This record gives sequence, C-alpha cells and structure tokens, in this order.
Amino acid sequence: MDLSAINPVLLIASLMVAATPILLAAIGELVVEKAGVLNLGVEGMMIIGAIGGFAITVETGSPWLGFIASAACGAVFSLLFVLLTQVAQANQVASGLALTLFGLGLSALLGQSYVGIKPPQMGKLDIPFLSDLPVIGPILFGHDPILYIGIALTAGVWALLKYSRVGLVLRAVGENHDAAHALGYKVVRIRILAIMFGGACAGLGGAYISLIRVPQWTEGMTAGVGWIALALVVFSSWKPWRALLGAYLFGGITVVQLNLQAAGVAIPVEYLAMSPYVITIIVLVILSADKSSAPAALGRNFHASR
Amino acid sequence: MISLEKRPQPSRAWSLATPLVAVLATMVFGGLLFAMLGKPPVEAIRTIFWDPLFGEFAFYYRPQLLVKGAPLVLIAIGLSLGFKAGIWNIGAEGQYIIGAIVGASVGLAFYPYEAWYIFPLMVMGGALGGWAWAMIPAVLKVRFGTNEILVSLMLVYVAEQLLASASLRFLKNPEGFGFPGSRNLQDYPSAFNADLIAGSGMHWGVVAALIAVIFAYVLLNRHMLGFHIRLTGEAPRAARFAGVNPSRLILLCLGMSGALAGLAGLFEVSGPAGQISIDFNAGYGFTAIIVAFLGRLHPIGIMLAGGLMALTYIGGDIAQSNLGLPSAAIQVFQGMLLFFLLALDLLTNYRVTLRKSEVA
Repeated sequence: MDLSAINPVLLIASLMVAATPILLAAIGELVVEKAGVLNLGVEGMMIIGAIGGFAITVETGSPWLGFIASAACGAVFSLLFVLLTQVAQANQVASGLALTLFGLGLSALLGQSYVGIKPPQMGKLDIPFLSDLPVIGPILFGHDPILYIGIALTAGVWALLKYSRVGLVLRAVGENHDAAHALGYKVVRIRILAIMFGGACAGLGGAYISLIRVPQWTEGMTAGVGWIALALVVFSSWKPWRALLGAYLFGGITVVQLNLQAAGVAIPVEYLAMSPYVITIIVLVILSADKSSAPAALGRNFHASR
Repeated sequence: MISLEKRPQPSRAWSLATPLVAVLATMVFGGLLFAMLGKPPVEAIRTIFWDPLFGEFAFYYRPQLLVKGAPLVLIAIGLSLGFKAGIWNIGAEGQYIIGAIVGASVGLAFYPYEAWYIFPLMVMGGALGGWAWAMIPAVLKVRFGTNEILVSLMLVYVAEQLLASASLRFLKNPEGFGFPGSRNLQDYPSAFNADLIAGSGMHWGVVAALIAVIFAYVLLNRHMLGFHIRLTGEAPRAARFAGVNPSRLILLCLGMSGALAGLAGLFEVSGPAGQISIDFNAGYGFTAIIVAFLGRLHPIGIMLAGGLMALTYIGGDIAQSNLGLPSAAIQVFQGMLLFFLLALDLLTNYRVTLRKSEVA
C-alpha cells in the first residue's frame, strides 16, 4: 500500500471531471422536477447521449459536434417520455423505467460497431500563465470546456429559477398545475420544454463519460450515474448550487475509491467499488427527513378537463 | 381536433385488449427495426415467436420456456403487489442476486455431506436473503421516508459487487484451478434443483412460480390485505381513513417481492445456472418489471406475460445464431413492448373523441 502516490492536486482535478456527468444530468433533472415531472429515465437518456455523442465524434472527428449531437439525442429521446406522460397520460414512474430499459437496449444496439475505438480528444483549456500556476492551474484552469459549461449551466439555472419570470412560471407549474392552468399558462407545453431540457443535459452528461472521462464506448457504461443524479436532486433539495456541491462530493468518493484501488489498499476492490452507491443511500437517508422543498405537483399528471 | 375524455371507470375491454395490441405493435415496429438492421423481418419475427414453440427443434426449446419463464413470473408476481399499492421496488435484480448468494452459501456450507434437508434449507436461505435485501429500502422508507425507488436500485449495484466478491473470494471453488466461480451445485445431489421430470424443464422454481400465482390471486381477490393493497393504489386517502397502516403495507409488499426474487435467484443458481459466477445475473429483475406491466399487474396475466417474455428470450437466442440478430436487438424489442403498453393504456382510461375545436 502506498498512499503517498496519491497527489492531492490531481485528485481534486480528477474529482471535478468525475463530478461533471453527474452534475449535468442532475441540473437537467432538477429543472424537470421543478416543473412537476418525475423522469426516472435519466440513465436511459444519458446512455443514448453517450453513444450518440461518441458516434458523431468518431464519424466527424469533432468533439464539439459530438457534444451538440449528444444533447440533441438526449432531447429527442426524452420526447418518448413526453409522448407517454404528457400525451398518453401514462404513469411517470413506469414511463421513466421504460425509457431507461429501452435506452440501455438501444444504445447497446447502436454502439456495436464502436466498441474499442478511441475517440478524438477535446483540447483542454490552456490560458498562458494561469494554466501554468502550480496548484490553482490544474484545478481551476486546466480542464476541458464542457466542465466549465456544466458550472455555467448551474449558475444559469439558479439565476433563471430565482430571478426570471420564466423560472417563476416553471415553479408555478410544478407547485400547482391547476392554478397555473387557471392563470392561463400552458402547463403541458412548459413541461414538455422542461423535459427536453432535462434530456439534453442528460445527453451531454452521458457524452462526457464516453468522450472525456473514460474515453471509449462500452455497453451500459453509465453504470448507474443517472440514478445517482436522480438521488442528487433529492439531496440538493431542488437547489442548483447544492447539486453542484453534491456532485463534487460523489465525484470525490468515486475518485478517492479509484485511487485507493490503485494504491492497493487492503480492502477488496469490490467493497471499494460499491462505496459510491452505499454512500448515496446513506446521504439519501440523512436528507430525506425534510421533504418540504419538493415541488408539490411532483409526479402528478395534468389533464385539462373541460 | 382530437380530445381526451376521462372515463368514469377504466374500460374493461381495453384493459384486456391493450396487451395484445401492444404485442402486435411491437411485432410490426420490431420487424421494421430488424429490416433496418438488414435482417428479413418476417423470418425474424417467426423465428422469435413461432420456432421455439412449433419449429423443428421445439422439443428442445419448450422446456427452456419453463426455465426462463419461472424466474420472471416469480419476480413479477412480487413486484406487482407493490406496484398495485404504489410501492416501487425496482431493485429485484439485487434481491435475486442476494437470494442466490445466500442460498448457495447455505448449500455449500454442508458440502460434501448429503441429506434430504439441505435443499429445503437452501430455499429458506434464498427467500430470507432476498427478503432481507428488500427490507433495507422498506425500513428506510418507513423509518426515514427515504425514496424506495432510488435505494432499491442503488442496492442492485451493491449486490453486483457482492456477487463479484462471492465468485472471486468467499464462495470460490477451492478445486476450481483458480477460475472464478463457486462449486457447481449440479454435481452436488443434495443441493441440485433437478428437473422433476427429466428433460421437461420443470424444476422446483416452476412449481414455486405456479404456487405464487395462485397465492397472489387468492390474496388480491379473497383477502383483506389484497383489498388494502388495491385500495392504497387507487385511493391512498380513502385507504388511510379505512384504517390501512401504510408502513405495514410497505414492509409487507417489499418483503414479499424481495423473498420471491430471492427464491427465483436460488432456484436459478441451484438449477439451470449451477454456480455463482460473476455474470450470474441476466437482468431477470429488470425484465420482470416489463412482465408485471404486460400482465396488467394481474396474477394470471403475469403468468401469460412471463411465458411470452421467455419466448422472446429463447427466440432471440435462436435468431442470434440463425440470423445473426444482435442480442441487444431483443433488449430493444422488450423495451419497445413496455412503451407501446404504457402508451396504449390511454385507451383504457380515456375516451378518445374527434370533435370540432371550439373556443372555450
């Protein structure tokens, strides 16, 4: 066992990379849930984004196009959920599960010819001077652009929900869809847009795994990250900055766990590998006592009766 | 302008017809999918749905139908009880794994001693293991209000790691030349869940599945608990006024589904699979969710749905070897089925009418 091999600066830098897919997916789902919709299909949308972004990147050679494609794939795939819950009035829990099961199968089918390929890499941010600073450089200024987009998205969603009219309407729809409808807001239309935004974010998060974090394509590679993101939304009490904090916490656990594996700690690998999931459960237990901040209409379908 | 009008009562006729329509729609769209993959669509559908039953080698595939269908039905029956009451156990895959590990451990603890009571003890171990694993989300939900969907699912990943640990470490076959995996229970007569009639595929798991179907039917239709389950799902507030104890219901529903999933795992590991190995679990716990919905959460429906799903597994294997159909295509096919089913449920609960749009 050699713990001195673990470099704290690299640890923090890689923690941020590990946290980004969870953060992206969680921010998207946060908006969806704020609109009163519970989409359990995050895992499915993520893996569709992962393969979509991967395929486009490999075919075009451009990671940027890949990421745009992954967001588009996620959003289009979420339309299936829209069709089930907003049009066909199906149960949201069951529909979300269907989305995940279908997404895992579809991605495996689409990804067959992409196994074992290395995708073109996205350049890292390189600001002359700043990126070369000893400790701060690699942590703050040495990442890929998507990581910063994730943080910017968090800030954007926070500001949107807190200060803008759009955010107010979105929250109204999530708290009481009947009242929002009576005020003349298009409940279903707003929810559809929120679901698609959630899909696009999940798609980006998935592509981040297949293009930057790993980077290659393997079947079922999201390995529960979508579900952790769902837990994270509960953890964050539907507040964007807390979601960021939570994502870094989970990212940290993942990275520390991997580092301990590499350092050859006397704990069997399997027990280290299960730790992020166990800790997610523990955190959920600690935080689920307070449910007051959950959107009141969460998970309930809206049907305008005449 | 198409408009939806909520039916005062769900339509009985559509409730029975939607699974059939969904299967037909899946065949059509699945056929299109296979055509896009460059496989002959009609032949592929025939290979999946016809050949295992009536094809040239049907004598070999028909027993497989029971082998694959039994765990699906066992798990789905348990899940359906919870789903009916709005209690979402989606971690049956984990309970299945733990049931298998505990059951196999009980059996291997006696190795090589032979006795009649070893197999019954293993069955109890399997059920207990699955039950205990499901009690984690149940107790957390009752005690702390934790979301059972997320906890039960997280526990699947934990169970998968325990499975790896079991096959690499604590249950590893000491005479296995270093290969991962436990001793093969098929070579240990006291622990082997053999076919009751040789070559029929009819092992104890099939018997247990049939008993579970009957048990669930009686429970739901003739017992107060079944009434409480249905009442909680349809009108939670009314259920509370009627004196239903929600905590008790959560513990019972999750416990029963966990025990049944654990049993399914035990019968699989002691029979068809034979040993604990890293890739022992084949996703039955997740497919069973589709089975439960396809069977309309009704015991008899689940039995039929389990058979149909087993058919797609076996037919998918045949199509894979004969037509080169990728195995993931069958997964897509099964996911598609759940989609059509949920979408078509619209017709059960709503009346679709065409009317001129008017200004409200």
